[in-house]
Amino acid sequence: MTAEVSGNGTARGAFAEGVRLGLGPAAATFVLALAYGAAAHNAGWGIALPLAFSGLAFSASAQFTLLTTLSAGGAVAAVTAAVLINARYVVMSVAINDSLRGGRLRRALQAQALADASFVIAHRGGGRFNIARLIGASVPQWMCWVTGTATGLLLAPSAHLLHSLGADVTFPAFFVVLALDELRKSRRAILAAALGASIAGVLLFVTTPGNALVAATAAAFIGVIGGRQQSDPRDAL
Amino acid sequence: MLVVTVATWLMKSSGPLALGDRQLPPNALKVTSLLAPVLLAGLVVVDLGGAKWDDLDWTQVLGVGVAGVARMLKAPMLLAVVCGVATTALVRLLVS
Repeated sequence: MTAEVSGNGTARGAFAEGVRLGLGPAAATFVLALAYGAAAHNAGWGIALPLAFSGLAFSASAQFTLLTTLSAGGAVAAVTAAVLINARYVVMSVAINDSLRGGRLRRALQAQALADASFVIAHRGGGRFNIARLIGASVPQWMCWVTGTATGLLLAPSAHLLHSLGADVTFPAFFVVLALDELRKSRRAILAAALGASIAGVLLFVTTPGNALVAATAAAFIGVIGGRQQSDPRDAL
Repeated sequence: MLVVTVATWLMKSSGPLALGDRQLPPNALKVTSLLAPVLLAGLVVVDLGGAKWDDLDWTQVLGVGVAGVARMLKAPMLLAVVCGVATTALVRLLVS
């Protein structure tokens, strides 16, 4: 981890702040992992493999996609779909690169902490990210993803029970809450989010959710259209 | 599982592996500064709609909306989400 001084003190302070901010999304992650573990159990995947998969891949979208598409079709199609749905990490990885420190390998290791909620929590504005906070936010989420998977595998709650309890609301609700906090930062963020949502909404009719999500990130290009922003957002930091 | 795991590692590392310590140009930074809200908006739509909008469920939308309203009313993050989940669970109980 870097020794850079963050806006809130030392890297250790930023890490602790990330852990604190990551607890909410981690609770949602636990519920989602519970559903994943139960689905993997019902698909006959055993205990060890899905648990190791959660620990190593740490990717709810790809893991769910692999599980559901393997049940419905061939292995190649399932793996392709699972990889494509994570293509957004390429965009996110490029976005955080300026904020990483060290050589390529060290940067690549730090980037393994990328997760949707952590990416937002680490965003300081102006395209800059606090990496200590990113890693801190991912720690409780990773722990809850693994323990939730284990709990789901062992207890195997029915999909009907989880649906009745509203478990499917947790993740989109967290995304909405995080989005509201982001949208307060600028009118341009509101415009970009509206455009991104529209692109994703239209493309859902014609392509997979993973492709629709990656295409939606194109809405961020309105950042270079018009406006009287400073020439380099780094100047504002 | 191994292929998906390694592919995920590589995608998360793609920025550092491709760019190293080269800095993004100012225009690219203007784009990345908007990625977080765009990504979140897209995730909400994709989560709620699912493939071809087949997963759209008004009880889920209602719960997510309640969570958003609670947050706008200054509720803490976790409480806002719990309000949304509880609303959906209650509605499903009443309409089932």
